[in-house]
Amino acid sequence: MGRPLLVVENLSAVITTGRGPLTAVDGVSLSLDRGEVLGIVGESGSGKSVLARTIMGLHCSDPRFALSGTVKLDGRDVLGLEPSQLRAMWGPEVGMVFQDPMTALNPVKRVGTHLVEAVRKHQQVTRRDAVGQALDLLDMVGIPDPRRRINQFPHQLSGGMRQRVVIAMALANRPKLLIADEPTTALDVTVQRQILDLLDRLRGELGMAVIMISHDLGVVAGRTDRVAVMYGGEIVETADARSLFDAPRHPYASALLAAIPSLKGAPHQRLAAIDGTPPDLVMPPSGCRFAARCDAVHDDCRVQPPQLIFDGTHGTACHYPVNPLISTASNTSGDT
Amino acid sequence: MTNQSVKDDAGALGSASAAPSLRARRRAGAWRRTRRLFVRVAELMAVLFLVSLGTFALLSLIDTDPAVTILGEGHTQADYEAVREDLGLNDPLLERYADWLGSAAHGDLGASIVPPYHDVLDRIMAALPVSVELALLGVGMALLFSIPLAMWSAYHAGGRIDRWISAGTFSVLSVPSFLAGLLLIWLLSNGLGWFPRAEWSRLDEGLGANLYHAFLPALTIALAETALLTRVLRSDLITTLQEDYILAARAKGMGTVHIMFSDALRPSSFSAVTILGISLGRLIGSTVIVEYLFALPGMGTLVVGAARTGDYVTVQGAVLVIALIYVATNALIDLSYGYLDPRVRRSHA
Ligand SMILES: Nc1ncnc2c1ncn2[C@@H]1O[C@H](COP(=O)(O)OP(=O)(O)OP(=O)(O)O)[C@@H](O)[C@H]1O
Ligand code: SF4
Ligand SMILES: [Mg+2]
Repeated sequence: MGRPLLVVENLSAVITTGRGPLTAVDGVSLSLDRGEVLGIVGESGSGKSVLARTIMGLHCSDPRFALSGTVKLDGRDVLGLEPSQLRAMWGPEVGMVFQDPMTALNPVKRVGTHLVEAVRKHQQVTRRDAVGQALDLLDMVGIPDPRRRINQFPHQLSGGMRQRVVIAMALANRPKLLIADEPTTALDVTVQRQILDLLDRLRGELGMAVIMISHDLGVVAGRTDRVAVMYGGEIVETADARSLFDAPRHPYASALLAAIPSLKGAPHQRLAAIDGTPPDLVMPPSGCRFAARCDAVHDDCRVQPPQLIFDGTHGTACHYPVNPLISTASNTSGDT
Repeated sequence: MTNQSVKDDAGALGSASAAPSLRARRRAGAWRRTRRLFVRVAELMAVLFLVSLGTFALLSLIDTDPAVTILGEGHTQADYEAVREDLGLNDPLLERYADWLGSAAHGDLGASIVPPYHDVLDRIMAALPVSVELALLGVGMALLFSIPLAMWSAYHAGGRIDRWISAGTFSVLSVPSFLAGLLLIWLLSNGLGWFPRAEWSRLDEGLGANLYHAFLPALTIALAETALLTRVLRSDLITTLQEDYILAARAKGMGTVHIMFSDALRPSSFSAVTILGISLGRLIGSTVIVEYLFALPGMGTLVVGAARTGDYVTVQGAVLVIALIYVATNALIDLSYGYLDPRVRRSHA
């Protein structure tokens, strides 16, 4: 169906910090079709949030961020837009859901105000109509009794309810792309599922594309079309969800996968966090950034940085991949 | 649209059936409000009592003798004793205080004990509007200046504009306010001749004339207040601008001005509002220097003049009224916290 909705090419974001320039995102390329769901997974500090915000253009006017590469959203060059053009795009083209619903809503504003101002910013409607839309939005995200909730303040809602409001706010102008930055990390386990199910349902109803960010592969399992694994500001593996879960090739992706208790190993088993710490992004190691923590490390890994090499649509940045081929052997549970 | 059933709401207000009935809750709320009001009034009485007692004690330590003021030079010892007896100055201190308190409790602040023996309340009522107007104008101007300055500064935190504003506010704060006043007089009044000095025009003589005369003194007051408010507001704004909800507001397309005024200002204004309350109360009673500079008939002039003649009745009355205003202002400030942060409303209610 024509060109992809989002094309990111060789995107880098360098942040000026007290210790020197920090390369939070380093040469990331990806693309996303309309209605497609992309999962971005990586541990804390791997650059997921900076990537997401850079794609949206939220870092464009921040003098501390030096951006390079291109982001094309629906054919428009996001990084080249004027502030007013960006503001016109935030809402109707792309919306964002944040990690912590406790802090993503203004404590002094009523639930309704959050929605009404978003609606009226982009649509020429009367206040009355905007309130009507706000009620519909609350209903759409599964908040019971919207007429009561609309006049409440955020602190009067539970965490799950607030996240629903945040989602409603992001969807107020029916964006073509929704970026959900760890939308369930701050929530109770039981509520996490409900929010993920809600996002699934809304994506289907509204036909939007979604970028679902998480540090937990388990969250994106079964809910995404494609998955990109980030490490140290780079994408180290990207593939359609099926082949990534069945046959991860990068040792990091494979270790992340082993850490999901629900997929492998006994239930309730504490997830085996990967030993070691992520690389320092002010002074990244010269070779493979994962080398210090990699079981399969060879000498040349420390010298030669691996490039993202594609086999079909499955890309891996590793000199010694775990599952070099999409083999049937690794796929014992695979049925079609 | 489907309306999914939701089970994650246990943390919210509680389901209607489990909670006490609405009427019971309303009654409890009304009772709590009454009690709060009662406590407030009791606090107010205590403050006024302590302030008046303290003032009385302090005045008795000052050796300005109203009898001397009345008699002037060259009186006999007998005249002097007679006047003192007449004024009740020979009565024990506590007795005099009790007398005064008894009348004050009935709203009678008495008459000045030195010529021309004006009614104290009348004198306060003449002086108070001047002070209140100066304080309000000064603080109002300070708000008008400091909000945009602080916003500008915070938005460009660390940048050149921010550094200039910081340097400016810092230097204003380090200079005594009368110097700023002198500078303004020299510049705008003597130099450019735009504004009068040493004149006051009462409000009932016309708003234009009144504001014209009040402008320079109010500006003098506003300078220091602006510097203070700008600094406090700037630092709170910088903290607020880091909040997720600011990013969330940007991410839905809201403009910078909207974000500053509608999202960032209120959550950032606690310290500024507190300072504002203290300043207002303080300014009404003690703009002595500014009143002196501009020869204004305000409360500061009244109190200092009365203290110089040993007119303790006038001082007592004026101090009482100032304390009352101070307490009332800060009660209003307390109430405003509920507006600034809805979460406070709940814990109070
Ligand atoms: N505003 C900033 N100033 C300085 N450094 C920053 C800033 N934002 C992010 N960073 C740095 O950039 C790197 C990537 O951060 P980012 O927030 O994108 O990680 P993340 O993958 O989203 O992690 P998390 O799971 O903790 O959200 C980190 O090293 C972080 O310290
Ligand atoms: S390139 Fe070498 S060190 Fe890096 S992940 Fe692959 S095997 Fe490990
Ligand atoms: Mg993040």
